[in-house]
Amino acid sequence: MLRFIVRRLLVLVPVLLGLSIALFAWVRALPGSPAQALLGERATQAQIEMINRQMGLDQPLYEQYLRFLGKVVRLDFGTSVQTSQPVIDEMIRRFPATFELGVTALLIAVVVGVPLGYFAARRNGTWLDSATITGSLIGITIPVFFLAYMLKYVFAVKLGWFPNTGRQEARMLDVEHPTGFYVLDGLVTGNMAAFWDAILHLVLPAIALATIPLAIIARITRAAVLDVLNEDYVRTAESKGLTSGVVTRRHVLRNALLPVTTVIGLQFGLLMSGAILTETVFAFPGVGKFVADAIPTRDYPSLQGFILVIATLFVLINLVVDVAYGLIDPRVRVR
Amino acid sequence: MEARKRLSAVAVGGAMLLAVAACGGGGTGTSSTPGATQPPAAGGSDKAFVWALSAEPKALDGAYVSDGESLRVIRQMFEGLVGTKPGSTEVVPALATKWESTDGTNWTFTLKQGVKFHDGTDFNAEAACWNFERWYNFKGAQQNPAVSYYWYTVFGGYAKNEDASLAPSSYKGCKAEGTDKITISLAAPSASFIAALSLPSFSMVSPAAIQKSGDAVEMKGDAPEFTGKFATEAPVGTGPYKFVSWQRGDRVTLQAFDGYHGEKAKIKDLIFRAISDAPARRQALESGEIDGFDQVEPADVDTLKGAGFQVQERSALNVGYIGFNQKMAPLDNPKIRQAIAYAINREALVQAKYPAGSRVATQFMPPELTGYNEGVTTYGYDVNKAKQLIAESGVANPTIELWYPTGVTRPYMPDPKANFEAFKADLEAAGFKVTVKSARWTPEYLDAVDNGKAMVYMIGWNADFADADNFVGTFFQQFNKRFGFENKEIFDKLNAAEQETDAAKRTTLYQEANKLIMDFLPGLPYVHNKSFVGLGKDVQGFLTDPLSNENFSLVSRG
Repeated sequence: MLRFIVRRLLVLVPVLLGLSIALFAWVRALPGSPAQALLGERATQAQIEMINRQMGLDQPLYEQYLRFLGKVVRLDFGTSVQTSQPVIDEMIRRFPATFELGVTALLIAVVVGVPLGYFAARRNGTWLDSATITGSLIGITIPVFFLAYMLKYVFAVKLGWFPNTGRQEARMLDVEHPTGFYVLDGLVTGNMAAFWDAILHLVLPAIALATIPLAIIARITRAAVLDVLNEDYVRTAESKGLTSGVVTRRHVLRNALLPVTTVIGLQFGLLMSGAILTETVFAFPGVGKFVADAIPTRDYPSLQGFILVIATLFVLINLVVDVAYGLIDPRVRVR
Repeated sequence: MEARKRLSAVAVGGAMLLAVAACGGGGTGTSSTPGATQPPAAGGSDKAFVWALSAEPKALDGAYVSDGESLRVIRQMFEGLVGTKPGSTEVVPALATKWESTDGTNWTFTLKQGVKFHDGTDFNAEAACWNFERWYNFKGAQQNPAVSYYWYTVFGGYAKNEDASLAPSSYKGCKAEGTDKITISLAAPSASFIAALSLPSFSMVSPAAIQKSGDAVEMKGDAPEFTGKFATEAPVGTGPYKFVSWQRGDRVTLQAFDGYHGEKAKIKDLIFRAISDAPARRQALESGEIDGFDQVEPADVDTLKGAGFQVQERSALNVGYIGFNQKMAPLDNPKIRQAIAYAINREALVQAKYPAGSRVATQFMPPELTGYNEGVTTYGYDVNKAKQLIAESGVANPTIELWYPTGVTRPYMPDPKANFEAFKADLEAAGFKVTVKSARWTPEYLDAVDNGKAMVYMIGWNADFADADNFVGTFFQQFNKRFGFENKEIFDKLNAAEQETDAAKRTTLYQEANKLIMDFLPGLPYVHNKSFVGLGKDVQGFLTDPLSNENFSLVSRG
């Protein structure tokens, strides 16, 4: 098992190296330069050249790349053009927002998606099954951006049930954030109003973000449960007189949830791309919004840094899923 | 870094949150309580005022920023020696009660007495000169144009220029006389610098606070980084609001300053929140989460008004124009330039493509500024006149290259391609052959225009400060590659106007300059547009300002 993990970690090195080159090239291929993004039509040629010189943008590309790489390995991603703060600080500052949002979305997806898939399979061919299949198809195809916008328009703007921007009501003063996880901060500081407010701010963006994973999880669960229900061991269990609850727990779900676990892990990447759109619509100050704002401001260092870190996390999470899969399923256990 | 210290807190928090989530995740239910989003604060004027910015401020030290959103926040906490009358471009006393100069080179300011900074220290002559010397002595990354843009624009270089491309400074020194008088000396006479001093970038900061918190800037490879804490964690000025906190990515919180020397702020808590998405700003206003925001989309104006929200018009100080490069034939021919001017239907374009209230420009500066001349040659739309001028010009089948930028909208040019198409059709109707040239706004387009490679091009200007010099002085006071002409009469007139300290004489000189410019026709100004500010139903006392210098201390709730 340890050798497996080490081997997988070593594979990470060329993957990240390749990614860093691709990212570096892509970001530099974007039109416009940070100097002009900073000064607009006021920029004179001399000023642009001076900024480029000071930023090292006038040096050969390979030198710029090597300098970038040398810093990255020391977790120095440079300074953000948008905020003039270290990129690493911006990541640390914005990560809790996206983490809170992602976890909530994934929870909604699992808590709703797994039972939905399960019951659809049990009632195979009924209206519930058809509704689940159709619903999940819509869930997969509906653009996150559109859904987020509609949710916000109906439930925040028109009905006023939920707040429509940010993580916390702006007029809520004297709120402390010791951890940066606003829901948790409310609990830790005993400020229940802030706690509840933070939860309300999560609801709509989390639902928008949850739709695609929810749809996929429901479909995979349904398919897996259908497969398992036809297995001999389920029939055996039923025929030897076990209660349906026991059959469901011990035989059906335990086996059916194996593929679902893998799928949940893979949803992480989708959640990140979804977060960019969802956070923009809800002005939710997380990693996704920061990346979205980095493009028009030509914030090279932030784009490179954030995408590199997200990609690393993605690879690591997949590794964890693979390892977990091995632990759950004796058939694929690596020795 | 404070944020790095928070890394461990974040990690612990993450683990705890996961644990909470694992224990059932009951907190994610979709039940809702109508009205639960209402803030707990009491209503009336105690309710905090929330303004949505389109971007987070970069830093809260005016000397280090030139972007509008940073300056908007800074404006509430800081004051300069001079200011502008709320809602107008008129330069009025702020921390200086009066100023005078006999030669335009040495300017004596009399300072207001009894003014305290938010940290309790005194604002006096010594502190004022200290501020000027601080700017003048900027070093290293502080000299980067992305950092001290306005100092460089107004005063040229620094005590010791560290880059060969920097110009010598026009600032010579500041001398304190007693506690209430300072004299600022310049290298050459200038009257425009008084208006420039009203920029929030020339705000007076507390010397003690800078010494305590630090104002270092470092060039860390890719961008300037404000490593000193003054600009990010502890800004201290003399304004009606004082700094409370800046939760990055979330909000900047200010509070009314009890010791303010002028009329105190009416609303106690002032909060700025960045919402970069334009529709999201409008919706936040509609739902009552914010009390106001700038740059309302023209299409939303009627919707907001219909729903009972206030929409105020701002006569933005800008100009959109078509530039002519006289280094390229046939633009060196005045009759061809005039033919273009008569050929283009500016009224129709402004009416069709710009928000209601936008005005057709007759000269290179807006009518709000002193020196505007009602009597310039105006070149009303007249195709036959244009054809006649082409015939008189001696240029057979004149061909012009018309440039427009892609990938950009500017306040004076919301849709460059639409403008381009209208211009092209008009020019062709008058008998010009038009070659299409387009390029990305940055870097190619601005590059071509600034280096004199574009023949006829669409561009414009947003004012930095309310003075004719910021418009016609910037464009035409000396040879400019964009326009490619030498006209001593215009250059001399503008130089004389910039140096003239007598206000009446100065106005006349700029009026004469505008007449000369519009006769010579180095380009065709076509629009001064409007922008809109959206406000909550109960907001009172908000005065839109042509330079977006709105003063939030005047705002109250009805």
